[in-house]
Amino acid sequence: MFAIFRREFKAYFTSPLGYVFLAIFYAFSGLFFWLFSLDMGSTDMSNVFLMMFMVLMVFVPLLTMRLLADDKKQKTDQLTLTAPVSLFSIVFGKFLSAYVIFAIGVAIMPIYGFVMSIFADVSWLPIWGNTVGLLLLGGIFVADGLFVSSLTENQMIAAIGSFFINLVILLLNTLVNQIPSGFFRTVFESISVYSRYNEITNGIFSLSSVIFFLSVIGIFLFLTVRVLEKKRWA
Amino acid sequence: MIEVQNLTKRYGAKTAVDRVSFKADESEILGFLGPNGAGKTTTMNILTGYLSSTDGKAVINGVDILEEPLKAKKMIGYLPEQPPLYLDMTVEEYLKFVYRLKKCKLPINSHLNEICDLVKITDVKKRVIKNLSKGYKQRVGVAQALVGNPPVLILDEPTVGLDPKQIIEIRTLIKKLGKNHTVILSSHILSEVQAVCDRIVIINRGRIVADDSSEKLVQNLSADHKLVVRAEGNPAEIKKLLSSIPDMKEVRINRENVEPGVSEFYLNAKDGCDIRREVSKRLASRNYPLLMMKSSELTLEEIFLKITTGDMYGHADRIEAGMSGKLTDKA
Ligand SMILES: Nc1ncnc2c1ncn2[C@@H]1O[C@H](COP(=O)(O)OP(=O)(O)OP(=O)(O)O)[C@@H](O)[C@H]1O
Ligand SMILES: [Mg+2]
Repeated sequence: MFAIFRREFKAYFTSPLGYVFLAIFYAFSGLFFWLFSLDMGSTDMSNVFLMMFMVLMVFVPLLTMRLLADDKKQKTDQLTLTAPVSLFSIVFGKFLSAYVIFAIGVAIMPIYGFVMSIFADVSWLPIWGNTVGLLLLGGIFVADGLFVSSLTENQMIAAIGSFFINLVILLLNTLVNQIPSGFFRTVFESISVYSRYNEITNGIFSLSSVIFFLSVIGIFLFLTVRVLEKKRWA
Repeated sequence: MIEVQNLTKRYGAKTAVDRVSFKADESEILGFLGPNGAGKTTTMNILTGYLSSTDGKAVINGVDILEEPLKAKKMIGYLPEQPPLYLDMTVEEYLKFVYRLKKCKLPINSHLNEICDLVKITDVKKRVIKNLSKGYKQRVGVAQALVGNPPVLILDEPTVGLDPKQIIEIRTLIKKLGKNHTVILSSHILSEVQAVCDRIVIINRGRIVADDSSEKLVQNLSADHKLVVRAEGNPAEIKKLLSSIPDMKEVRINRENVEPGVSEFYLNAKDGCDIRREVSKRLASRNYPLLMMKSSELTLEEIFLKITTGDMYGHADRIEAGMSGKLTDKA
């Protein structure tokens, strides 16, 4: 697992992909920080975090599209899949490589907090909460991107597919609001990533939400392992 | 040791590998010979755990690849048809990655240096793989298979794309490795497997059609009755002269004036008749200088034809099963 992680992580910086992603991340978060916090004289960063949902929804797929699709295309999967390592450690190593890049991006968020604390009093709890929220959300985006990447040899399709899933995750929330209250609404509300993320950005930080995010990540990783396993039986 | 029993792989309705069984002993080099689409790669992919078989089993040193995949994979070095190279890495980075991936315990630097020396890639170690020539990429692929010093090596067409000098080098290397490894290699070329392998398994359309030691197989398939001859003199007269040899079936002028005054002939004698002496004697008796004589190499198609019609193994059923219909998949 560590070998795979190390290779993939390094690969982000031998191609410009890693730099490009981080540049986009910093550019957008900086812009929103300036627009919503500095310019409006507010220390409430929740709007910044909400906007980041949209940005990441589009750009995390760029980070993950390569991971398994390219392995198949270049036939390097013949090396990893015939090496004495489990499928899960291959999948998890790949997941981790993209996720760490993502986390390096997120690390900028508390730094904005520090910048603000120079000028004003900031309430740190929501900032930390939001940062954790972003980390959890990114985990889902990376995991679903990895999953789609396992389904195709084409990076473009992998990116679009992952973006599509992210879009569904977002729209699921809009859907919830259309459903009259009752059993189904409760069900959909509880699986709405966006509303849980929204909760966290508002400073409501519950254990059940954390478990929810981790489970969704786990499901996508599990599905990815299943796809690889199934391919052997094709 | 490798043991394969009734291995079958179906892709939907198409059976790519059909009840294949064979065995490779320790320190044996086994050649897997067959035309395009015969099922060589598929069989190797199953042996290495990349694909799962529809039926049958493959056992590596007593370990079933399906039951204990990690343990079995640890004993195998695999060079797939297309070397699995990460083009964005340097050769050195790549081999280090493979080393870590395979969880090797040997001292990393000396082990990798040894492999690089063995396949002669030491001078390209710092180069990015993307920029290497095809032959060097192939060698890095071989190097990758050797990392961790696995007792079993499975090489899918290891000499494809190499220049003649490199082909000889790789063959020599494989022979050397065969002294303390079990090696399975695939090829389209009889002379290649004949040169390096102790044992040859011929596969066609997913089925084994022959399985024997190299010497026996080659002896049975030898084509002394088919010769290519070059002689100096009037081609028509030489043709007439050679046609009068008792066992001769056919004499054809391949090309006139290959060199000034020299023509090339294709001779086909009756099966099993060695006519070389007679050809040479008759040409000498009439003062036609004999400039070249070689037995024409059997093509794979001819080999199959010979196996089927000659019934050289007495397993008519097996042969017939493998050979019914035309060789549709051949290149
Ligand atoms: N994924 C697949 N789906 C369907 N059919 C396949 C698949 N892979 C291989 N085949 C078929 O299985 C047969 C055996 O293929 P295989 O690649 O094992 O042949 P081979 O002996 O390695 O040929 P070559 O000499 O060309 O490498 C072929 O007829 C091929 O078309
Ligand atoms: Mg092949």
